[in-house]
Amino acid sequence: MANISHDDSGAVVIIGSGAGGGTLAHELTRRGIKVVLLEAGRRLTLADFSQNPGEAFGQLTWLEPRTQSGTNTVVEDYPTLPSWTAKTVGGTTVHWTAVALRAQPWEVRNRTVYGHVAGASLIDWPIDYQELVHYYERAEKRMVVTRRNGVPGLPGSNHFKVFHYGATKIGYQNVTTGYMAINSQPADGRAMCIQQGFCVQGCKTGAKWSTLYTEIPRAEATGNLDLRPECRAVRIEHGDDGHVNGVVYVDPQGQQQRQKARIVCVACNSVETSRLLLLSESARYPTGLANSSDQVGRNFCRHTGSFVWGVFDKPIEMWRGVTLGGIVLDETKHEPKRGFAGGYHLEMAALDLPSIAISGFPQDLWGRELGFVMDRYRCMAGTYVNGEDLPVATNRITLNPKVKDPFGLPVANIHIDDHPNNAAMRRHAQQQARALFEAAGATKVLMSRQTPATHNMCAARMSKDPRDGVVNAHGQAHDIPNLFVSDGAAMSTPSSANPTLTIVALALRQAEYIARQMSTRAI
Amino acid sequence: MASNAKMDRREFLGATGVLTGLLAAGSPLALLAPSRAWALDLKSLSSAEGTALMAMTRTIAPHDKLEDAAYALVVQALDAGAAADAATAGLLRDGLARLSPGFATAAESERVQALKSLDTTPFFKSVRATTLTTLYASPLAYAHFGYEGEAFSKGGYLMRGFNDLRWLPDPPLKDSGPVYTGDAH
Repeated sequence: MANISHDDSGAVVIIGSGAGGGTLAHELTRRGIKVVLLEAGRRLTLADFSQNPGEAFGQLTWLEPRTQSGTNTVVEDYPTLPSWTAKTVGGTTVHWTAVALRAQPWEVRNRTVYGHVAGASLIDWPIDYQELVHYYERAEKRMVVTRRNGVPGLPGSNHFKVFHYGATKIGYQNVTTGYMAINSQPADGRAMCIQQGFCVQGCKTGAKWSTLYTEIPRAEATGNLDLRPECRAVRIEHGDDGHVNGVVYVDPQGQQQRQKARIVCVACNSVETSRLLLLSESARYPTGLANSSDQVGRNFCRHTGSFVWGVFDKPIEMWRGVTLGGIVLDETKHEPKRGFAGGYHLEMAALDLPSIAISGFPQDLWGRELGFVMDRYRCMAGTYVNGEDLPVATNRITLNPKVKDPFGLPVANIHIDDHPNNAAMRRHAQQQARALFEAAGATKVLMSRQTPATHNMCAARMSKDPRDGVVNAHGQAHDIPNLFVSDGAAMSTPSSANPTLTIVALALRQAEYIARQMSTRAI
Repeated sequence: MASNAKMDRREFLGATGVLTGLLAAGSPLALLAPSRAWALDLKSLSSAEGTALMAMTRTIAPHDKLEDAAYALVVQALDAGAAADAATAGLLRDGLARLSPGFATAAESERVQALKSLDTTPFFKSVRATTLTTLYASPLAYAHFGYEGEAFSKGGYLMRGFNDLRWLPDPPLKDSGPVYTGDAH
């Protein structure tokens, strides 16, 4: 592991060590580039992961305050948790469910395919789909995704039997245990999945891909990575030429430090990425970095996400096995006759005790109905709806000067008014999930409302026209050539796929670009 | 401070309460607990307040066969919150003051009616949230609901029933996948 001096102005500084930042760090360091990787959270080992759900949530989650506004139901249902993101080395790749789906061709040409949708701020991606596929293929090999490159699918659990039976009964053709970055057999120096569940609490066998134990240690082995956990970036600085030249952060002792940089890459998961760019305002950039278009924080997407539960009269024990181990692909299409633009995935999902009662059910459920359902916890099956939501210019991350974080800085406010398209899609998906469970014999079906976002996207998006977004097709700021966005914030639109595979694919592409730019001294 | 030494703990802490109960004979919980009798000292709430909250948590999450000891953990958590933070204590006291004195002993239908009139208040939402996070997280509840919890320490569910469901057919292998046995290559 490298020890890079604070005054070394030749290093690339990456902020955030998750899917984007962790992958980018490895790709740059293996090309001989010195990288300082700042991470706000602690570095845990597999042995550290708690198997107590409440404790694990506290161990991995970004718990500092955020505020929210808008007409969306999360404001009322989860007043203190508008978004569920991670704060630990490895970021959200520690708590993700490892669904590794690709965005679909029409999902990167939304403006062209969906046409003008009132109230939406759709754009096409500035990347050709075939080029994206090339990077998806590389990402899938790297993460050992099942059902790709000859890797077998994960064996189906009890829960999957119910899901598969119901889904095929109502006519779905593409119902599998999914494209998962979980080892169905030992691979990549990591163990196979032992179907223990508890994917979201951190995978104690390492069968699930995470940058924590793949990209980051491999980057360290190159001798070019200086990983600094528990270091909170608070400001990105720039020089007289307008280019960024360093990052101010608070170290584990609470001391403010200044790391010089040749290039800065921001990969803090949309909400904090937007916030850091806005916090870095200066006389030259009075509305924040990379924000001459006034697009930083705007067009924030989080997927239409909610749970549907089937209650049966026979045991299922859905907690046995991978947390999310079944996917219906049939609704992933653009078919306007369904009453909405875009498509969605039905993703079989289990929740543990007590999480199902806390976040799986409607927030006004109590009394005998709650008692009835919980008494049948052994006999329940669940699915998560993961659908493409439409960007709206006023759905936006801003700074809230009324609430300060422990460092005295304004927290992020997340404003979301749900676009009517999202509501129409959610209704359709929930009715399909209801039909699926009833076809398998469910005696009762329960639906949640929107859950706090784990997929945070598009708030500093790639655009061909600098007026429509924040960064170009390489994640490079339109305004500042040595400033990059390296996480889901850069996605032009959210697609209906869980975002991690796309974030990794874009990081692989960005690493090639940065290395080229550095070697030709363009940056 | 010498005179304080003669005060018992409850006096020293002020006017606080205690909840007591007995586990049913033959209860699976009795096997887990050190003794059938249990007592919970309250740090902030009075006995009457504790009893009312106990009835409230039972009304929010009714499980007839789940014993009072499990619900007492919720009251313990609410009491700890009240002891740690004056605003939380105020929220609970003000909310409880809106329930009639007979709430704890009223029939379930009356308790439900009383809570329905409050169920959009911060008081109700706070008690509901603590009920869910505490009641369903306890080992007592795990035993009651048949939830097996973590399995890493036992080698996962791979060889312990992850696919033992027999009331539906097995999906075709192309949609599922093989259980790896060490010779896949």
